[in-house]
Amino acid sequence: MESKREEEFLRYTEPGLLRRFARNQLAALILILVGMVVVLSLLTRTFLTANNIFNVLRAFSWIAIASFGQSVVIIGGGIDLSAGSNMAFSGIVTAMLLVAGYNVVFSVLMGLLVTLGIGFCNGLMVSKAKLPPFIATLGTMSIIRGFCYGMTQGWPVRSLPRSFMSLGQTDVGIFIWQVPLPAIFMVVFAVLCYILLDKTKLGYHTYAVGGNEYAAALAGINTGRVKNVAFTLSGLLAGMGGLLMTARLGVAAPTAAQGYELDIIAAAVIGGISLTGGEGSVWGALIGAAIMQILRNALVLLGFPAYWQPAAIGAVIIGAVMIDMYRKRKV
Amino acid sequence: METALLKEEVPQPILVLRGITKYFGGVHALEDVDFEVYPQEIVALVGDNGAGKSTLVKIIAGVHQPTRGQIFFLNRPVEIRSPHDAQALGIEIVYQELALIETRDVPANFFLGREPVKGRLGIFVDRKKMVDDTVRTLKELGIVLPSLRTLVRYLSGGQRQALAIGRVMPWGGKIIIMDEPTAALGVKESRRVLDLILRLKEKGCSVIVISHNMRHVFNVADRIVVLRGGRKVGDKRKTETTPDEIVKLIVGAEML
Repeated sequence: MESKREEEFLRYTEPGLLRRFARNQLAALILILVGMVVVLSLLTRTFLTANNIFNVLRAFSWIAIASFGQSVVIIGGGIDLSAGSNMAFSGIVTAMLLVAGYNVVFSVLMGLLVTLGIGFCNGLMVSKAKLPPFIATLGTMSIIRGFCYGMTQGWPVRSLPRSFMSLGQTDVGIFIWQVPLPAIFMVVFAVLCYILLDKTKLGYHTYAVGGNEYAAALAGINTGRVKNVAFTLSGLLAGMGGLLMTARLGVAAPTAAQGYELDIIAAAVIGGISLTGGEGSVWGALIGAAIMQILRNALVLLGFPAYWQPAAIGAVIIGAVMIDMYRKRKV
Repeated sequence: METALLKEEVPQPILVLRGITKYFGGVHALEDVDFEVYPQEIVALVGDNGAGKSTLVKIIAGVHQPTRGQIFFLNRPVEIRSPHDAQALGIEIVYQELALIETRDVPANFFLGREPVKGRLGIFVDRKKMVDDTVRTLKELGIVLPSLRTLVRYLSGGQRQALAIGRVMPWGGKIIIMDEPTAALGVKESRRVLDLILRLKEKGCSVIVISHNMRHVFNVADRIVVLRGGRKVGDKRKTETTPDEIVKLIVGAEML
């Protein structure tokens, strides 16, 4: 989409198409994804079945949605360790309201509202109290997990109404396929977050604050407000992911999503979002979540011993970041 | 009988700072400084490290607020509470550290903090306008970049400097502040920057230049203001002083 003026301004030869493709982060990721799919389709008979693909899609959609919010935070220069606890908490709040007889819409809205509020508090701690995001969200992570246990006395909340569970379990007919509803939500949120980051002034400012906070402040950008919005959004989207997860599982457990924040952050990092801030895109996070889930799926289908799976995943995360660093070196 | 009195035209300063004092906690960065900028003049602001030069210009640029003192712009008292306030008055600044975002491309840096928007809601960035304006300005200044999509991290030092200076041009600033514009540059590039400063004056701007380099100062400045220990110790027209005298003022005659 370069304007004609851009093209006439090129005094040096623009690097060839292939090299630009290789340099492009998203292109490289898509290549890896496609590679994995091809290899697995050849190695197993069950990978490329509609059933398996949609199971994979459904499974990573919750992590992906939460990772979009996490991406905005990381691009803005922060990090949100409370994402997993928020995922569990939104499920618990909504479930408890549903069991107490409130209608689905109200319960869902409340569940989202509390995690939005938690995100907002994270934002306040970082922007007003100047707490390092790692510390602020580490504290929130524990506090909210405590609420999960405290409010339920440790018991999972069951007997959720059908209407709620349909959020996580319905399939929508698109052409010849039955696409899981959570996957559709995932794409919708990806598009919304992409538009926010790439096309709006707030998005530009988010990249600026993450890239060089001092320079952004000198340019008159309200860095506190930018960070606040990022953390609030992360809370909201973690809550959204948690709700879909709860709806799918049919039960809200205080132990749910334990440790998920690491998966969420890993999805963003594999997707090329630099932990130092200022670069990356939500599509990368989506592909990162997909890669991780397909990897898990692959390990299962290939009969990899279950206990060793985290080791394989960890190796992939390290490998992905090293490849990305190599790609970004100053050439 | 009526006699028409011919008054000699006394130029009025565009910017007047009176009694500017700035404390950062216990640190007295500036103490009772008076500072004027006249139309179409180049003022050099000199002084040793810690003399308060950067603090003074940051107050003018809206980054800091004075602890005491007043600011007048075109004879009206003003409060410059943010960089946007300064920009609204027509005051632009190029920082010594350049203040660029390395992870973003050229147009994004060009319009940092004041991205043009389109549409009814005013939240969507007008990318096409950003690119077009950037191309036009770079062409006008004769700056060559490999591609507008290049991230700043891949630009050379000279290109970054050109970008940092270039991005304040399109806004029609009346006062342009440059903090150590030649400090990191070689001979040829310094000459280009000094020529640019002279050209700005020709176009009707005033330029405040902070510099350690006496040769560059005496090359372009009309007037030289010396700060020492947060106070103004000298305010001389270039034609009425010498580099030696300025150096004496900077370090304090007692030291020599």
